Amino acid sequence: MKFAVVVFPGSNCDRDMYYAVKDALGEEADFVWYQDANLANYDAILLPGGFSYGDYLRSGAIASTSHIMDQIKTEASNGTPILGVCNGFQVLLEAQLLPGAMLRNERLKFMCHQEGLIVQNNQTLFTSEYAALETITLPIAHGEGNYFCDDTTYQQLQSNNQIVFTYENNPNGSIGDIAGIVNKDGNVLGMMPHPERASDAILGSDDGIKLFQSIVNNWRETYVAGA
Amino acid sequence: MKKINLYITLKQGVLDPQGKAVQESLHTLGYTAVKQARVGKYMELIVEDDANVEQQIEEMCTKLLANPVIEDYTYIVEEGIVQ
Amino acid sequence: MLQALDISPETIEQEKVYREMGLTDSEYTYITKVLGRKPNFTETGIFSVMWSEHCSYKTSKPLLKKFPTKAPHVLQGPGEGAGVIDIGDGQAVVFKIESHNHPSAVEPYQGAATGVGGIIRDVFSMGARPIALLNSLRFGNLTSSRVKYLFEGIVDGIAGYGNCVGVPTVGGEIQFDACYDGNPLVNAMCVGLIDQKDIKKGIAEGVGNTVIYAGAPTGRDGIHGATFASEDLSEDTDSKRPSVQVGDPFMEKLLIEACLEVIHSEALVGMQDMGAAGLTSSASEMASKAGTGLELNLDLVPQRELDMTPYELMLSESQERMLLVVKKGQEQEIIQVFEKYGLQAVAVGRVTEDKAFRLLHNGQVVADVPVDSLAEDAPVYHKPSNVPEYFDHFQNMDQYEPNVDNASEVLKALLQQPTIASKEWVYDQYDSMVQANTVVTPGSDAAVIRVRGTDKALAMTTDCNSRYMYLDPETGGKIAVAEAARNIVCSGGKPLALTDGLNFGNPDKPENFWQMEKSVDGMCAASRQLDTPVISGNVSLYNESSGKAIFPTPIVGMVGLIESLAHITPSFFQEAGDAIYVIGEASVEFGGSELQSMLEGEYFGKAPSIDLDVEARRQQQLLHAIQQGIIASAHDISEGGLAVALAESLFDKEFGCNVAVTNDLTVQLFSESQSRFLVSVKQQDRVTFEQMVEDVFYLGNVTIDGNYQITSEDKIVIKEPTQDLKGLWKGAIPCLLK
Repeated sequence: MKFAVVVFPGSNCDRDMYYAVKDALGEEADFVWYQDANLANYDAILLPGGFSYGDYLRSGAIASTSHIMDQIKTEASNGTPILGVCNGFQVLLEAQLLPGAMLRNERLKFMCHQEGLIVQNNQTLFTSEYAALETITLPIAHGEGNYFCDDTTYQQLQSNNQIVFTYENNPNGSIGDIAGIVNKDGNVLGMMPHPERASDAILGSDDGIKLFQSIVNNWRETYVAGA
Repeated sequence: MKKINLYITLKQGVLDPQGKAVQESLHTLGYTAVKQARVGKYMELIVEDDANVEQQIEEMCTKLLANPVIEDYTYIVEEGIVQ
Repeated sequence: MLQALDISPETIEQEKVYREMGLTDSEYTYITKVLGRKPNFTETGIFSVMWSEHCSYKTSKPLLKKFPTKAPHVLQGPGEGAGVIDIGDGQAVVFKIESHNHPSAVEPYQGAATGVGGIIRDVFSMGARPIALLNSLRFGNLTSSRVKYLFEGIVDGIAGYGNCVGVPTVGGEIQFDACYDGNPLVNAMCVGLIDQKDIKKGIAEGVGNTVIYAGAPTGRDGIHGATFASEDLSEDTDSKRPSVQVGDPFMEKLLIEACLEVIHSEALVGMQDMGAAGLTSSASEMASKAGTGLELNLDLVPQRELDMTPYELMLSESQERMLLVVKKGQEQEIIQVFEKYGLQAVAVGRVTEDKAFRLLHNGQVVADVPVDSLAEDAPVYHKPSNVPEYFDHFQNMDQYEPNVDNASEVLKALLQQPTIASKEWVYDQYDSMVQANTVVTPGSDAAVIRVRGTDKALAMTTDCNSRYMYLDPETGGKIAVAEAARNIVCSGGKPLALTDGLNFGNPDKPENFWQMEKSVDGMCAASRQLDTPVISGNVSLYNESSGKAIFPTPIVGMVGLIESLAHITPSFFQEAGDAIYVIGEASVEFGGSELQSMLEGEYFGKAPSIDLDVEARRQQQLLHAIQQGIIASAHDISEGGLAVALAESLFDKEFGCNVAVTNDLTVQLFSESQSRFLVSVKQQDRVTFEQMVEDVFYLGNVTIDGNYQITSEDKIVIKEPTQDLKGLWKGAIPCLLK
């Protein structure tokens, strides 16, 4: 399976994503610079964390207007798995591939530490390796991870099972303790915690590996096992 | 040229912790008359004279400068700016 | 402000305009001798920044020369952007510490942020990928609103820059003392990793080669920053705000990636960051090191503001700029890389043969001075030195022994002293995990970063107990180096080398200069004994406010090599039932201690003594035991003594302990005697451990009951739930900030 790690100016978790796929899973991955992108040849697209365009204006806002987003939108509608982590999630929100928006953390500070998460939906192609309601530990590192949406949207997220991860102890003020959501079709996941940083027990947690493994297994089942 | 003074604020109803912090801090300083503080962004755009300027600004705001999910915007146009 | 170009050389001399730029009368006269004429306005400015302490080390040079800088594993000592150490497998670690005290005192956010930006550039200018940041900070007491403002602003600035640029901030230390009230210290350290074959130097070789300017355009920010950094912080520092630069970490991130891409091009000859004294120092130093000259056409320099004068262009300290020397004819190769990242890169000059530093502006030569006169011929001062009265007085005092009635209450109070209390409020704001290599996160003795693709890891720390430095700078200097090494050893690493951030008061005062001399002597002795040469560093003088100097604060940044990931050792207890030992004996040593500060509100008497032979032996034995796999945890005993070290070792897993101490309880629990470690070992390893390490004393066991318990002569002297102690320790700083 071949992953594209999209690199925007200011992305800074691109290498971490790359190594999580290469080292922890042994799958193929390429860095794709936002300007010279041809995403059609990839089986999954990863939007890494960081501060794209310095997060000037709003987190993820400027990156969401770049041309590569047109391709990402096309791939999203083709059903390609797309994972946005941290700044990648913010980009997906700004690009309206996922509903809602990010506000500054309730306490107005950047925060970085391990957080307990609950897998609310293990029926997605990103979470099938987790048990239902499994509790996992992933690091967070963000200043604007306070997820916001209006009531109607929140109800839709709930009724469509789009809330994938919630925080055990809400660190940032997110509505409904939301840490990660998926689109209606289930192929675009945005999450603030960093699974790519939890890819080796020596780093404090390897709970992130199952997420990448889920993507690979689902792809195999669809394209390899069935073939 | 025209100068656009653009104000972007969080929508009413969206939690504004920065505004809250400012308000609390003003209260500590004794300015208890302050009943609400909201923190937003202010931008200055210098644009060429164009009949369509207002429409363009609306577009710029909805496409990039403000996020309609959480933000409102308003602007004032100043005419006859010499750059 | 000094803006005018039309001030003639004669006026500069007659009205002593050079004094406003920080040059003395004799320095000015020396310049006229070197040039054989009077310098013009631009040239005077260039000399003034190059001959400032910040760039020339004119005051500290005689002391810096004493440092041991060579060892087989030192690939690059002081003199380049950063020092380089061999870590085997063709890899090397690159590191340096640098102060940004004065800018942070006037504009805490930007001052700290640009300090971080500058030190990162020093590291990647060598071709290394920055892999970790550490910060050593000093503040006044967290009681005044001004100190709180500085504290919050500086932490925010470090976070704002470091987080965005994608280099994890993994460690450092913070101390609070009244002497830093008006003059906080911000020393930022950056560690980089490089393949030895990629090491680049800031060197302008090859006559005819092209000088390329890359990165942010030049504005009027930070003009005379280097001179500013070499002055007292006076009451009117607020009016100096224009001197402070503004950082753009987004631009820096792009610069890192572009520069690390161009180092692989054979077209690149040399690269240097434009730091203090901007274009002036980077250009003249690169030429001086190569024995060449440089000609720059200032009209080609990218400019952010209109009508900038040559003086402003040369002295600007705009951030995120690099200077490159590139083989003639291959410029485009390099420029294209920068363009890919949306960065400007422009040919602005060429390398010349004549060893002159020549500047053109509007078709005119606006400066023409010998390169070596700027970088090499700066005056060197041997300042008078005098033993301060307080020192003799302190040395003649009887050993201070505090009176402790209730050990429990004292322990609780100590845990809430800001210098001891948890710094989680600070480091939670730093992205400590980006790059996904951080094995030991902030809050431990040393941070540990794995070297991806190998079984190795790097341990890193910063240390300096400035209270000891004040009481006895020579002993304090030894302790600073020894403590840094102790922290490295505790985490399982072999100390490799150090970088020093020397922060002192006004060196023109003989008592201050004496402190500098003695500190350096102490550091030299310890770095020789512990085989940790000095490979880079920075000097910050004139750290005074209202005429009062800070405590001497020579910060030691140290990096060690952990040979196998299996050797990484935590600083806190791992399992209930493990045996607790202390290595080394305590004696009546409370001078400069946290307890003295708490009880007496001041520091006096003798600093704790240190025997470097003992220190080296204990470090070697402990490291050997760690490498043999018989140490479960190791923590150095520092501020607050054994009692505090025990508490800190319990907090992570909220264990309890049952520890028995003998003799003088106060000394056993709170003395800050040196060269001591608190370790835990599995019960089955006790015999081996006792054979392997000398001077060990069994204290008791780690318990599951969550109670911190100490007995003396069969009486319980402290019994507190670990959770309660942890709550006090964690809550102290947030509580002070409310």
